[in-house]
Amino acid sequence: MPDWFIIFLDPNARWILLGCMLLGFSSGIIGSFSYLRKQSLMGDALAHAALPGVCIAFMLSGSKSIGLFLIGAAAAGFIATFGIGYITRHTRIKQDSALAIVLSVFFGLGTVLLTHIQHSGNSNQSGLDKFLFGQAASLVGDDVMVMSVTSLLLAGICTLLYKEFKLLSFDPGFARGLGYPVAFLDQLMMFLMVVVVVVGIQAVGIVLMAALLITPAVSARYWTEKLGVMVVLAGLFGALSGMAGTFISANGSNLPTGPLTVLASTAVFLVSLGFAPGRGLVSKLLIHRTARRRYTQQLASTAGYELERKEKAL
Amino acid sequence: MNHSPLEIRGLSAAYQKKPVLRDISFTAPEGSLIGIIGPNGAGKSTLIKAVLGLIPRLSGDVTIYGKPYAQQRKIIGYVPQRESIDWDFPTSALDVVMMGRYGHLGWFRRPGGQERRMAMECLAKVGMSDYAGRQISQLSGGQQQRVFLARALAQDASLYFMDEPFVGVDAATEKAIITLLNELKQQGKTVLVVHHDLNTVKEYFDWVVLLNVQLVASGSVDSTFTADNLQRTYGGRLAILERDAHSELINQT
Repeated sequence: MPDWFIIFLDPNARWILLGCMLLGFSSGIIGSFSYLRKQSLMGDALAHAALPGVCIAFMLSGSKSIGLFLIGAAAAGFIATFGIGYITRHTRIKQDSALAIVLSVFFGLGTVLLTHIQHSGNSNQSGLDKFLFGQAASLVGDDVMVMSVTSLLLAGICTLLYKEFKLLSFDPGFARGLGYPVAFLDQLMMFLMVVVVVVGIQAVGIVLMAALLITPAVSARYWTEKLGVMVVLAGLFGALSGMAGTFISANGSNLPTGPLTVLASTAVFLVSLGFAPGRGLVSKLLIHRTARRRYTQQLASTAGYELERKEKAL
Repeated sequence: MNHSPLEIRGLSAAYQKKPVLRDISFTAPEGSLIGIIGPNGAGKSTLIKAVLGLIPRLSGDVTIYGKPYAQQRKIIGYVPQRESIDWDFPTSALDVVMMGRYGHLGWFRRPGGQERRMAMECLAKVGMSDYAGRQISQLSGGQQQRVFLARALAQDASLYFMDEPFVGVDAATEKAIITLLNELKQQGKTVLVVHHDLNTVKEYFDWVVLLNVQLVASGSVDSTFTADNLQRTYGGRLAILERDAHSELINQT
């Protein structure tokens, strides 16, 4: 039996793998909607904002409970999105700059708090630094359980509210005209993103969580013109990336999971960019070349016809 | 008691702090095509958005068939400006039209065969049946506008609001749209259209609302769409306009 296969025999490793795949799946789904709503960077901001939230939750409680982290990160994410909204509305600063400002402030604060915790001598703190880049191997059974349940819950919510989310992403003005509570749905989607981020950072890390939200969605967009297919495909790409990242990381090399997962999802993206039918580069090149050949042939045949006619006339 | 499809009393609305609509009041007659006319920045789109509750009102009352808007959503159809959405969205023309049924479906329920049939009928009415499965970015501007119109038809409303449906469409599409609007009128429906081209106002509409932040005038085209009123609406900014309006009036008499 090859060495790399051993990971599948260890039940704990199998659990972790499953958890990371489900995480990739749900972040791909949520990411599809945020990508289509042109909020790609929002996931990044939320992930970075989660760090101080998690740190404060740990400092207040002294325990590494994923539930408390969720509350802390959600609160921080809420403040961050409020901050971004406030800056965009009340100053002349555009949203991209507002995102950049808020994102770095929260991450800076989070890093300061994290360093403070590490030097505080609290024996329970070991592992918190894993939040930066993620380490799937450090997950314990309970973490995986929470990851799996929330992932399935998120996928379930997106299935139930698929029609509403689709309308909200495509044409929020029309949705409001139909009487859907757009502000509420907006907040709900933001909340789902916070949940994915918080559940995911332990495995993938804060810095790279955004990539897991957006890259699978962008890749999926290349393969289809149907939203339903795109969402499922993004989920599958996410799951695939999560699997690859976890697998290599857990397979003794001790590399951090987050970067590996991101590299894997980028590989999927590059394949999509190059070879997706219709939208991929190769496909576009072929279409263009066929069109050009057909046009030159057409030109040649009419020219030939003209020539023939002239010869006949002579 | 017979209520008007749309009654607006003392409506004011603002973006940020500057009011863009001040104290608008009028009552729209049922079964008519109504043009909302005014210069850029006069608040034409804002008027529609304020009525539909898309932007908050500062003051004023809007009733639709005698009831507040919130109770009448299902009998209102809306065609937003074409530029307001991302046409590269992964969805087909048929899908967009089916969105017109979402309000009737309510929460959680997915559109099914019935919605699909209805959407196909609406696409047929705007002459777009052949493009049902097309991704929406691969439609021309005029075709996109027709899809938007079909979506409004799918709403099966009694009162329609259309924000510049004639912008960026070719002559054929414009004719197709106006034919459709006349059909709606014949069915007793009321349609409000934000419109730019003063030359076609008399031909297209029965009733006009002349707007420039405040209401300049409203009433039947014959009595209201006069050179004098236009001059007040556009504030004398367009000399050519004045001449055109005069010559048209002279031609008519």
